[in-house]
Amino acid sequence: MKTAVIVFPGSNRDRDMFHALELITGTRPQSVWHTDSTLPDVDLVVVPGGFSYGDYLRAGAIAARSPILKDLVAKADSGVSVLGVCNGFQILTEAGLLPGSLMRNANLHFICKEVMMETVNNATRFSSKFEKGQVWRCPVAHHDGNYFADPETLKQVEDNGQVIFRYADGTNPNGSINDIAGVMNANGNVLGMMPHPENLVEALNGGLEGRILFESLLDQAA
Amino acid sequence: MKARVIVTLKNGVLDPQGKAIEGALGGLGFNDIDSVRQGKVFDVELASTDKDAARAELEQMCEKLLANTVIENYAIEIA
Repeated sequence: MKTAVIVFPGSNRDRDMFHALELITGTRPQSVWHTDSTLPDVDLVVVPGGFSYGDYLRAGAIAARSPILKDLVAKADSGVSVLGVCNGFQILTEAGLLPGSLMRNANLHFICKEVMMETVNNATRFSSKFEKGQVWRCPVAHHDGNYFADPETLKQVEDNGQVIFRYADGTNPNGSINDIAGVMNANGNVLGMMPHPENLVEALNGGLEGRILFESLLDQAA
Repeated sequence: MKARVIVTLKNGVLDPQGKAIEGALGGLGFNDIDSVRQGKVFDVELASTDKDAARAELEQMCEKLLANTVIENYAIEIA
């Protein structure tokens, strides 16, 4: 599986993502700078976590207007898999590739801890290797992870099964509506999530649960 | 030409920052507050002297960047 990671000024989880992708796919991801105009021909494009542009204006707002986004939207429209983690999720909502928006955490705190996630839809390219209903732990580290969508959008997203991950067992850390931790687009090829699966890919770092997401994608690309 | 863009959260969108400010004002003894909503103000200076053209351009700026219309409304004032 060929992958690429888009790097913005202020990205800080890009190297974690490079490491996880290389470990799992066996191939070094291509690094794409935000001012580039075209993405390479890959199976998966990742928009990593961080604080692009210092979260100025709104988290992800400026990055979502970067030159590379034009081609990212084109690639997403053509069915290429796109994964946005944390700030990447914020960027994808700001770019209109995902429904809803991410607001300041309900308790106003920056939250850095482990939460429990439930995989509520495993019939997707991002989650096929999870058991349906599987509860797994995953780290979060964000200030603006409070997912919001208006009632009409929320109903569509829920009815279409676009919610893949929810915070489980009362661990919703940020006030996200319906405990939504990860949501995909209607076509099922773009996923945004606040937790960091790239940080749970090695036993040495305390767990392997995050691998399942990448292995699902690898399975689809094979 | 000087213009001011005011961006506010839509009704029904929870505003945790506004709530915190409301609580802090209560702590200062301002006890007659029903609610506080936080917003943003952008002062934009435009080269244009055509008010209608400026307004149309500002609307595009709001739609494309200054406001996230999923959660925010905007208002444009031209001096």
